[in-house]
Amino acid sequence: MRISAWITGKGIAMFEQLLFGIEAAINGLMTGVMYSLIALGFVLIFKASGVFNYAQGVMALFGALTLVGIQEGQVPFAHLINAIFGTKITNFAWEVPALAAIALTVGVMIIFAWLVERFLLRNLINQDPIILFMATIGLAYFMEGIGDLMWGSNIKTINLGLNQGINETIDAATYEWFGYGFYIDNLDITAAIIAVILVVALTVFSQYSTTGRALRAVADDHQAALSVGISLRSIWVIVWGIAGFIALVAGVMWGAKSGVQFSLALITLKALPVLMLGGFTSIPGAIIGGMIIGVGEKVFEFIVSSSWFGDALGFTMNATENWFAYVLALIFLVFRPQGLFGDKIIERV
Amino acid sequence: MFYRESGDFKKSYAEDSQTFPLKLDRYGYYAILFVAFLVVPFVINDYWASAVLIPFLIWSIASLGLNILTGYCGQVSLGTGGFMAVGAYASYKLMTSFPELNIMIIVLLSGVITAGVGVIFGLPSLRIKGFYLAVATLAAQFFLIWLFNKVPWFYNYSASGQITSPKREMFGFEVTGPSATAEAKYLFILVLVFGLAWMARNLTRGRIGRSWMAIRDMDIAAEIIGVNPLKAKLAAFAVSSFYIGIAGALFFTVYLGAVEVGEAFGILKSFLVLFMIIIGGLGSILGSFIGAAFLVLMPVLLKNVMVGTLGWPIDLAAQTELVIIGFLIMLTLILEPHGVAQLWRFLKQKLRLWPFPH
Repeated sequence: MRISAWITGKGIAMFEQLLFGIEAAINGLMTGVMYSLIALGFVLIFKASGVFNYAQGVMALFGALTLVGIQEGQVPFAHLINAIFGTKITNFAWEVPALAAIALTVGVMIIFAWLVERFLLRNLINQDPIILFMATIGLAYFMEGIGDLMWGSNIKTINLGLNQGINETIDAATYEWFGYGFYIDNLDITAAIIAVILVVALTVFSQYSTTGRALRAVADDHQAALSVGISLRSIWVIVWGIAGFIALVAGVMWGAKSGVQFSLALITLKALPVLMLGGFTSIPGAIIGGMIIGVGEKVFEFIVSSSWFGDALGFTMNATENWFAYVLALIFLVFRPQGLFGDKIIERV
Repeated sequence: MFYRESGDFKKSYAEDSQTFPLKLDRYGYYAILFVAFLVVPFVINDYWASAVLIPFLIWSIASLGLNILTGYCGQVSLGTGGFMAVGAYASYKLMTSFPELNIMIIVLLSGVITAGVGVIFGLPSLRIKGFYLAVATLAAQFFLIWLFNKVPWFYNYSASGQITSPKREMFGFEVTGPSATAEAKYLFILVLVFGLAWMARNLTRGRIGRSWMAIRDMDIAAEIIGVNPLKAKLAAFAVSSFYIGIAGALFFTVYLGAVEVGEAFGILKSFLVLFMIIIGGLGSILGSFIGAAFLVLMPVLLKNVMVGTLGWPIDLAAQTELVIIGFLIMLTLILEPHGVAQLWRFLKQKLRLWPFPH
């Protein structure tokens, strides 16, 4: 039975607008899940080491670049080597299968985590959090440059055999109900499923494994954790390794959607308001914050870009996604400074 | 032997509280002023002016502004690019609406307008602190850039969406527009830099500066000893935005001449200014200049070496530059979180005791 058949006359236009709005909201929800993926990495590192890791987005870019580079058998630093020695090498003569490439990339991310701990964090113990934050901005620049130097800065496509394009089932079903097929990308659905799996896995890991418990202990109180014999350094390596893995997943998902390129690093800027909204210390907060912002920005864009607003203001209001999340988070924070699920901020003199 | 107070008798309160109490410092300061005002204008050429000196002076103003907010008052801001855009667009609207107005007044008024905008975006700082504030200032960055991009009134409905600086004179010399000479531009900016740096120095060692530092070191304790956090924080936002607005106005009117907002005042500019004050030194006037000089000179130097001498392709040089900048930021933070200015302080301390350190 088609619902649209019940409505006649002027109601049809309204109903159509409503349908478009709902479609925008669902797509927003899917995008929001992707934001949450980045935000998750932030929360993990922030909880365990108190470092607000600006480089998370660049880690996603780096992970995706490395994956593509390994898979296609590119020679690392080929561009640089060619410039210095005047050679013309580009690729090894092999191609690595997808699974092996993923395993190798995870290895690279773990080595990266160890390097960060050894050469950056270890030297910055006891500094102000804001100094650590700035150090990660430096790290972001550094890695962005290294990633480009290693694998070249051209736009790459990820080929992992992920299903992409419109989901026929949903399209057919919604057409059956409303007389209008919703466009929902298969890739977004895959991303949402993977995000859910990751969150469940992380929760299980941190609740039931020894390492996970040690991790939570460190998040709770660094000194108390040290005093019961937990090695802070190895915990940090583990946490940065996990965050690197999450970054890789996020990088692959975003990369499959829009190509592996520099703009991937900018999704950090999308994840920051998610974190502010959800609270820096809460994993569920990151997920729910991501969804609120994903839906909010799509629906807001949908409403303000309609012709009614354009006529009233004298110019078309569009591309609001850039700032909507920030303004929403800002207004929200004025009323609740710790975010939705963050720990209450207690100040002592 | 020479670098110390002994023998330098202060005969009045004014002498006792002057900015440079040591004779040698004072002479050095006068020497720098002499060179900047009376030597450089006679030897300057177009390449040096547009590649090094003018950007250096403009970024110095911007980093002075950010240093007041971040270094002295402890409120980290990532909205510098947005506020610079406010300054640029304010000066554009003023220049096109009031063609008679003197360019100096226009630049200062743009600063005042930016200060107003800064206060509005500074209001949340009373509730939001630390990282949350840093991220919240990004709201200013993105919203302002979007606003100038989308609302046609700001760019006078021009088809390209760009703004172009019209020709304006100061004492009969053109300082903006394509035919302005390097000397005129340089001196115009230098006067502003001198005035603003002098003001910053005196603000930060007076009552208001001390209240900023009290807020930075511990805001609750500052409140208890009688600092009004509302006044102190908003004053810091206002003064800082005033400086940044002037920098933005100069960047557009004198330096670039034509501006596309997303490109000229994007988020990367906010980071650039932040890096300048980190490398130069948080909470130091001298540090703002050192940081600006470093980050203006280094890319020029690297480009000359890598593209000019080694003959590398330009994109490769740009990537290597990113690596080097990132590395230097991390290195500075590890070795000396207070920046290059701190090294200068150590050196002065050492010099005072030299040659008898014990």
